[in-house]
Amino acid sequence: MEEPDEITKEFLVESYENLDQLDQELVALETEPGNTERIASIFRTIHTIKGTSGFLGFTELQRVTHVGENLLSKLRDAELDLNQGRTTGLLQMVDAVRSILGAIEETGEESDDRYDELIGELERLLSPDADAPEAPAAEPAAPEAPAAEPAAPSAPVPEAAADQAAPEAPVSEALEAEAPVLDEAAPKAQAPEAEPKPKKEESSARGGHHAVAETSIRVDVGLLDDLMNLVGELVLARNQILQHAAGTDDTAFVSTTQRLNLITTELQEGLMKTRMQPIGNVWNKFPRVVRDLAIACSKQVMIEMEGKETELDRTVLEAIKDPLTHVVRNAVDHGIESPEARVAAGKPATGRLLMRAYHEGGQVNIEISDDGAGINVERVKQKAIDKGLLTVERASRMTDRELAMCVFMPGFSTAASVTSVSGRGVGMDVVRTNIEKIGGVVDVANRPGQGMTLKIKIPLTLAIIPALIVGSGGERFAIPQVNLLELVRLEGEVARSAVEHIHGIPVYRLRGSLLPLAYLGEQLQTRPAEEARDLVDGAINIVILQADERSFGLVVDEVFDTEEIVVKPLGREIKGIATYAGTTIMGDGRVALILDVLGIAQRSRIVSEHHARGGDERVAAEDPRLERQTVLVFQAGQDGRLAVPLDLVSRLEEISKDRIERAGGCDVIQYRGGIMPLIDVTSTLGKMPADDAQGLRQVIVHARGERAMGLMVDRILDIIEETVEPQNIGYASGLCGSAVIQGRVTDLLDIRGLIESVDPDFFGDEAA
Amino acid sequence: MAKQYCTFHLADLFFGVDVQEVQEVIRYQEMTPVPLASAVIRGLINLRGQIVTAIEMREQLAFEPRDPEKLPMNVVLRTEDGAVSLLVDEIGDVLEIEESLYERAPETVRHLVGDLVPGVYKLDGQLMLVLDTKKTLEAVAAA
Repeated sequence: MEEPDEITKEFLVESYENLDQLDQELVALETEPGNTERIASIFRTIHTIKGTSGFLGFTELQRVTHVGENLLSKLRDAELDLNQGRTTGLLQMVDAVRSILGAIEETGEESDDRYDELIGELERLLSPDADAPEAPAAEPAAPEAPAAEPAAPSAPVPEAAADQAAPEAPVSEALEAEAPVLDEAAPKAQAPEAEPKPKKEESSARGGHHAVAETSIRVDVGLLDDLMNLVGELVLARNQILQHAAGTDDTAFVSTTQRLNLITTELQEGLMKTRMQPIGNVWNKFPRVVRDLAIACSKQVMIEMEGKETELDRTVLEAIKDPLTHVVRNAVDHGIESPEARVAAGKPATGRLLMRAYHEGGQVNIEISDDGAGINVERVKQKAIDKGLLTVERASRMTDRELAMCVFMPGFSTAASVTSVSGRGVGMDVVRTNIEKIGGVVDVANRPGQGMTLKIKIPLTLAIIPALIVGSGGERFAIPQVNLLELVRLEGEVARSAVEHIHGIPVYRLRGSLLPLAYLGEQLQTRPAEEARDLVDGAINIVILQADERSFGLVVDEVFDTEEIVVKPLGREIKGIATYAGTTIMGDGRVALILDVLGIAQRSRIVSEHHARGGDERVAAEDPRLERQTVLVFQAGQDGRLAVPLDLVSRLEEISKDRIERAGGCDVIQYRGGIMPLIDVTSTLGKMPADDAQGLRQVIVHARGERAMGLMVDRILDIIEETVEPQNIGYASGLCGSAVIQGRVTDLLDIRGLIESVDPDFFGDEAA
Repeated sequence: MAKQYCTFHLADLFFGVDVQEVQEVIRYQEMTPVPLASAVIRGLINLRGQIVTAIEMREQLAFEPRDPEKLPMNVVLRTEDGAVSLLVDEIGDVLEIEESLYERAPETVRHLVGDLVPGVYKLDGQLMLVLDTKKTLEAVAAA
């Protein structure tokens, strides 16, 4: 038995729904034969099934529906009258369709049954004088039990039972057994087979038959939204309880809380899934858009799609629909050249538009690439200067990449003429604004002469997002993780001299390049102006953020944890303040404001309000200085997310706690015929052990020649290849900094320091 | 025709708002201030998961600031854009008042509280100023 593929399944669900309605409509039609609207609706349903079946290669289904459609079209055009014979014929056709669908559902393809007789009958009904000579079932019950009726004279089952059995359960097993009898009884036996079969089989058959239709239901989106809100509340309540549980010794309460925690997380994920829709739902219209557009511009464009099944929250999907359409239109209109120009440039006459979508680090990436002319940076530069968007002086200092990004400036358009398609200069900046509105980022990779790729990075969902909680002036603020690049904390003497000033504007040297700074306390006036730039506890915390392609450092008083926060909109009274993106409720029940990073950057004049670009070459993925690194991410303690470079990991072991022995004042284990010292990373870092260890510990083995050291951690999370920008923050001993890995702040474990703290001679030979 | 009013005290004045517009009346709640917002906005309250903006009515009506020792009360209004709270001095009773006692606010009163108070009910022994909540919130949003 072969499973029907996705398309076929969808076709089945849809067709079953339509057929159920069709039965009712046909019957109703008989009572008021003149209702053309009804005929038209039936016609459309059959037409749809016919079209799809042809497309999917179900030839018999197509044959049956085709002749049915012919009959319906004549009825619709009032060339024929609907009499009982014709109604019966149509109902038989519906039953035939049903049984073919049943076979398709079970086997993935049509059965070998042929419906020549039915087709013949339907064709006969097409002639104007055709009556219903072969329909002996002129009883009143007949219309409701169309399938049963030809068999009526010999039917061993009372009519009423047949009524129910026939339309719903034409099952093939039953079919074979009863077929000979029925063939005699009913000369045009298509569906009637089902009728005399025992009740028992009927019910089991029914179960199997509608399986596809019954495993999916339609749900009101409003209901899902309400549920989502409720889960949001639950998440907040959970956070509050967790916080409360952290301060109590009641083990029963703590373990119940942990269960609640897990269930809530699963519920949240599950519900989130119900709101997920494949991006293909939006993309599906693009082939048509591209085709029409290509014809309008006399171009040849072929569209390819990868990752259509990538799922996104429906609100996000809704929000990217228009921007994507615009980008696609733009690529065809401006990107891809005319066939002649392409051939002259040595490219195939047909342009290629590739759309890709994939998940990465809790976000969705969408890439739209074309192999057209790319962005002509010289032209962009000239245009931007002509339009007064850039000064000559400034433009000359900009890199090609920055110039390419100029296409996102408001009022920019390079199309030589305004076409009906695009070129009014209101396009790309709207694209970017819309994407940024939902917390997304737009980037351009330009390959002059070879095409360009527009890369859009958007969050999976808008309702619940990870955020870093920071403090300023005694209040907490949430910063969406998408904007976060890294954290820098400087203490002592370094902190006092770290910030330099250019004409009073604070800057910080980050790995050699200047990073503009903004003080949150100063921007929000949460601290008195005269002391807004003072150090807090002799330290300075810089949250490095990205806004509008530029990075800047936001100096905050305190850095707390990262948390999943439920985003709530701003009230009307404070919507106008650009520095906030929303509100949320913290674990203790207090409200916190979510910072709008772009708004803060604009307020502190790091990014001008005209979206002008500055020189920022530090976008991680683009920076050639930073190499991608493979790291092992693990958990130590309840909230400790750490990473070590994979090349420092020799092996991973799982040991039970009772194998741990003591020797020479430290924990050891017998390992590979020797003794391996163990370091408990969790307690060394002063973290609370996670409770779910259950007698097993994970050990990261670091071996060097003959010697080996085991690092005990709570859980191995993942191995990731990512650009890691380590920061020498010096939070605590045993760590050598922090980095954003997979969009989350992760501490980097100082393996060497940790091992040396236990065994100073471990690396002895090479240190010398 | 009688109408029900939720009443409250603000400075030495007695106000009423249509009881239909009031979601609930609650005691003082901890608030999260909104930096950069106008002074009228005292902060945000978590009302059972609903985030409510609290509006300092003394500020809105340009009265003297409240004695910091005294905590304000919340009159939570139901609006199209979610709930909004008016911070007032004290809560009074819900009064059922005859329409016939209504009178348009005299010019002199208008002078004091702008067009936020369209009218006055002449009650026994005191006057109740009717607060136009819609206008009030518009004024806040514009501030």
